[in-house]
Amino acid sequence: MADEETNVIIGLEVHCQLDTKSKLFCGCSANFRADAPNTHVCPVCLGLPGALPVLNKNAIEFALRVAKALNCTFTKEGEFCRKNYFYPDLVKAYQITMGDSPLATGGYIEIEDDAGNPKIVSLTRIHVEEDPGRLVHMGSKERGHYTLVDYNRSGIPLIEMVTEPELSSPKEARRLLSKLRATLEYLDVFDPEKDGSIRVDANISFRGHERVEIKNISSYKGVEKALTFEITRQKNLIRRGGTIARETRHFQERKGTTSSARSKETATDYRYFPEPDLPVIRVADWVETIALPELPDARRDRFMQQYSIAVGHARTITGDLRLAEFYEGIVDVGATVAASWVADILIGELNYRGMALETVTTRAQEFKNLISLVRSKTITDKAGVEVLRVWLDNLYAGDRTETPAQIVARLGLSREDGSSFRVIVEQTLASNHQAIADHKAGKKGALNFIVGQVLKETKGKSEPREIHAMVAELIGE
Amino acid sequence: MPDIYNAFLSRIEISSSVSGPLSGIRVAVKDNISTKNIPTTCASKILLGYIPPYDAHAVELLKAAGATIAGKTNMDEFGMGTTTENSAFCPALNPRDVTRVAGGSSGGSAAAVAGGLVPMALGSDTGGSIRCPASYCGIVGLKPSYGRVSRYGLIAYANSFEQIGPMAANVADTAKLFSVIAGHDSRDSTSVSKPYDLTGLYAGIKGKIVGVPKEYFGEGVDKHVAAAVTAAIDRLEDLGAAIREVSLPSLQYALAAYYVTCTCEASSNLDRFDGVRYGPEPEMNLPWHDAYTSVRKMGFGPEVRRRILLGTFSLSAGHYGKYYVKAQHAKQLIRRDFFRVLTDCDLLAGPTMPNVAPKLGELIADPLQMYQTDILTVPVNIAGIPAISVPCGTAHGMPVGLQLMGRMFGEDDLLNAALAYEEAI
Ligand SMILES: [Zn+2]
Repeated sequence: MADEETNVIIGLEVHCQLDTKSKLFCGCSANFRADAPNTHVCPVCLGLPGALPVLNKNAIEFALRVAKALNCTFTKEGEFCRKNYFYPDLVKAYQITMGDSPLATGGYIEIEDDAGNPKIVSLTRIHVEEDPGRLVHMGSKERGHYTLVDYNRSGIPLIEMVTEPELSSPKEARRLLSKLRATLEYLDVFDPEKDGSIRVDANISFRGHERVEIKNISSYKGVEKALTFEITRQKNLIRRGGTIARETRHFQERKGTTSSARSKETATDYRYFPEPDLPVIRVADWVETIALPELPDARRDRFMQQYSIAVGHARTITGDLRLAEFYEGIVDVGATVAASWVADILIGELNYRGMALETVTTRAQEFKNLISLVRSKTITDKAGVEVLRVWLDNLYAGDRTETPAQIVARLGLSREDGSSFRVIVEQTLASNHQAIADHKAGKKGALNFIVGQVLKETKGKSEPREIHAMVAELIGE
Repeated sequence: MPDIYNAFLSRIEISSSVSGPLSGIRVAVKDNISTKNIPTTCASKILLGYIPPYDAHAVELLKAAGATIAGKTNMDEFGMGTTTENSAFCPALNPRDVTRVAGGSSGGSAAAVAGGLVPMALGSDTGGSIRCPASYCGIVGLKPSYGRVSRYGLIAYANSFEQIGPMAANVADTAKLFSVIAGHDSRDSTSVSKPYDLTGLYAGIKGKIVGVPKEYFGEGVDKHVAAAVTAAIDRLEDLGAAIREVSLPSLQYALAAYYVTCTCEASSNLDRFDGVRYGPEPEMNLPWHDAYTSVRKMGFGPEVRRRILLGTFSLSAGHYGKYYVKAQHAKQLIRRDFFRVLTDCDLLAGPTMPNVAPKLGELIADPLQMYQTDILTVPVNIAGIPAISVPCGTAHGMPVGLQLMGRMFGEDDLLNAALAYEEAI
């Protein structure tokens, strides 16, 4: 099994919407998600006869930033071309994209492989192209089916980044996507929170077998799921002596499965040729003027040095720009404890509730106060987690009035001095002679049982270490 | 005045309240140039009912100059033709002899001017579509340098070759209309900032060197046409020009390079007319690919379908290198040839068309022979340089056009020479 998995070869084609103010070839606002269909349109992005594209320099600037950050080689003359195919969401019946002369080629991304070792994944190319419109399928069996077309998305700039087939597992693929997402966020060219802002085509093959392409996966999790499904499917097929067909498959997000696309769609001849309405772009001098911000790896290394935090914490925190900025905003409460609270506790609690990081980043001071309560030993670690949960639940329910300190007071979670628990410890010892005997007989864990009983009694207001010490003292050790 | 030449597809007098160089002047606009709220069909059934919500840049400029838009003129469907017989509606007739074609594809614009319906008109020239009908109808037509007039709003046939240009009964009006439409437009990425002003128009031709490419008098050029043009070139010499024979050997590739490139671009440009947004309602019970096919079959005429097929073929996998790429190489050769002879010469001169206007129906059945008649006009579009057609006498009782070709953005030389010639005859 492990042997088979090392023989899996995966390559990704990642499309991200560039977060520009206007569309790629016209002045229409790219901020369309909240608005009614077909309200962000003009002759150009509707493909009206006679309208002509004018390149949005910002989109190119954004793509150049990405290419520079990923160590690519820039093409002397980038050339737009037409990819011709019929589809109702494609207004001109061709997509303006880049063919033989993309913006940049080569380059690489560093990730960790499944064993945690650094791994370099090569990039094939980076180019810019336009997004088509969007089809909305309506109706029902009873009322008939019909399709609505919304061209608000038509002409939104996309950056396409293609990797070499060098990934060896679905987890690696997911890590590459996360790294890519973080890099694009740091470069301030991409908003991953926007619905449908990333789309991935993945190709996967077992060494010695045909390659299968999975089209249009629209989430990070989806990529891992689709690839995992394909590995199982292909492995079973090979085991049964079947042959893998070279084909395109679609991913069903809900079912987590892939299914074969009709061959008619894959047989398309796109008739690429240079776009006569746009001049070639020369970027060599332009690239020189682009200054890059601190990127995820550099920030990870800096955090480890400057704040002396563990590599795992540093990697998690810097893997998301907003998280990294949030952390730096609260770091003066104590770098190590803040790192642990952010990386080990906060993310999990947010994910569990499906809450966005913004709910907390906008209330950084309160979160900081919560950590302070723990640091100053006003509450225990355990009570701290409890307070965080209540606080998040409040925020989730829309209640923004209660501060962590108020929650501590309301629930009476203040840590009490160890001596106030002496009675409880004594009572617990008195009713657990057997456990003491077991402990004295050398049975491991017997004492922990007693400590656990006490912690339960004190409802998290006590510190396990102190109780442990008190128990040891009272049984004469 | 009634339109007895089928010059117009729609006549809507929209006068501008602005006062400017074209105040009170009625200008006809070819029907492939978008006009806000006025149907724009490219003489194709597939665009019946299409009303652009915007004006082409050139139309905006006309309005700003005070012109009255007199209507939209007939043409070969999507500009594909040399006679305007490929109009989906009716052929434009030649006002000089209504049994003959007006030329194409801007035949309606030429007929409207030659028939006295308007003093000026806008045409568009992809491979001779302004100069051919100007020559056949005995008027003046200018194909500007590529990029000098914005293509914004011009419904594309072959983007890398075409330009909107002026047509008028005389050189002065042609120059005047050109001065209004030339200039930069940020909405066309191939547009350049080269406005034109009329101040030097009477500079004449004295001291200019005029090259006469021998290829322009080769096989296939009617000898009476050649004689009329040779006489015109002699007149240029009388006016003080130095005449020099030159050669453009790569012109042998011009027709092939032109037809491959323009059909490739056209096949892509016209794919958007699929029945979803334009044209006759598709049959709703068909699978969508079949519905597209049926709409396109109904909506496009035979010449347009032929060119879409040719272009689709040339661009398809396995043929692209043999056709499209080769055509681009030929394009470079032709361009180099023109730029070479135009370093020594200020202008080139030759016939616009190898013939006079043919009879209606004479060429329509034989597309290859029709393509052949573009031999003297397409090289200029391939090179991107400007060219003008000026009437220079007759042959077989029909007008003949003298074609003057110039350096990139050398329209002033062309117009000055054409005006000097026009005034001398
Ligand atoms: Zn737009």
